[in-house]
Amino acid sequence: MKEQQEDVLELGGHTFHSRFILGSGKYSLALIEAAVRDAGAEIVTCAVRRANTKEHENILDYIPKGVTLLPNTSGARTADEAVRIAHLARELGCGDFVKIEIMRDTKYLLPDNEATIRATETLAKEGFVVLPYMYPDLNVARDLVNAGAAAVMPLAAPIGSNKGLVTKEFIQILIDEIDAPIIVDAGIGSPAQACEAMQMGAAAIMANTALATAGDLPLMASAFKDAIAAGRKAYRAGLGRVLTRGAAASDPLTGFLRD
Amino acid sequence: MVKVNGELVEEAGKSVAAYLAEAGYDSRAVAVEYNEVILPKADYEKTILVDEDVVEIVCFMGGGR
Repeated sequence: MKEQQEDVLELGGHTFHSRFILGSGKYSLALIEAAVRDAGAEIVTCAVRRANTKEHENILDYIPKGVTLLPNTSGARTADEAVRIAHLARELGCGDFVKIEIMRDTKYLLPDNEATIRATETLAKEGFVVLPYMYPDLNVARDLVNAGAAAVMPLAAPIGSNKGLVTKEFIQILIDEIDAPIIVDAGIGSPAQACEAMQMGAAAIMANTALATAGDLPLMASAFKDAIAAGRKAYRAGLGRVLTRGAAASDPLTGFLRD
Repeated sequence: MVKVNGELVEEAGKSVAAYLAEAGYDSRAVAVEYNEVILPKADYEKTILVDEDVVEIVCFMGGGR
C-alpha cells in the first residue's frame, strides 16, 4: 500500500502530488485563487509580457504560496526569442521552470518542433527545468529528452479548441516509448477527455481554456481534478480487457432455477 | 532616443532606476532586458540610458492555453 500512497509526479528533481497543471489565461486574476484551490493544482502556468505603467495588479499576489509557477514563452517565434523570454522569466524570480512554446503562425498556433528542440537544449544546459510544448512526433520527443527536457508536452488538439484527444494515437506512442513524463497539453476540453488521457498513461494534464470558457470555473476545476485522479487510478489499476467479439459472463451461468 | 518596449522615448541620460520610477513601473514586479541582456536589479542605479539603447520591461501575466 505504501507505494500506492506515494504515486507522485517528478519533474526536474521536484515532486508533485497533483497531476493537473492549471493555466491562468483568459480569466480574471480574482478567480485564480479559487481555481488553484479547487483544481488542487501545484503548478500554474503564466506568461511574460511587456509591463505597462497603468495596471499594477501583480498575478503573483493571487497565486497561493507553495504553488510552482511555470512561465511559458508564448509570443516567441524563434528559439532565440524563447531563450530570451525564459531568461526574463527567471529574472522575475519564480524559479527555474519554463514551458517552451514557439509558434510561427497565429492562426493554428502549432508549435515549431525543430526550434523547440534547440531552445530546450540551450535552456536545459543553463539549468532550467524545461517542459516543451510540441506536436506529438516520436522522433522529436526523443530529441527533446536527449536535449534535457524534464517532460514532453504534446498537444491533444489545437490550442483553445476544447476538441479533446485528436492526436490520441500519437500521444499513446509517446507514452509507450518515451522515458519521461508525457503531459498532455492543449485541446483538452472536458474532464472525460482528461480522464481518458490519464487512463492512457499520461503523467499529467495541462488545461486552461476548458476552465476559462466553462460556466462555473472553480466547479469545472474541481471536476477536472476528480477526473484526472480517476484516470490515474484506472491507469495504475490496469484497465480490464476488451473482447474482440462475443461475451464473457462474470456471473455463474448455471440455470439453477430449471434444475 | 531610447527604445523602451518598442516605443522611442527621450530618456537618455537617466539611470534605469530613475526611468522606472518616473514612468511609474513597479520595479519589484518587473524584469529588465537591456540591449538583449538581462539587467540585474542591482545594476538599475548605475546603468545610464544612452541613445539607441533598446530596453524591454516585462512582468508576469495570466497565461496558458
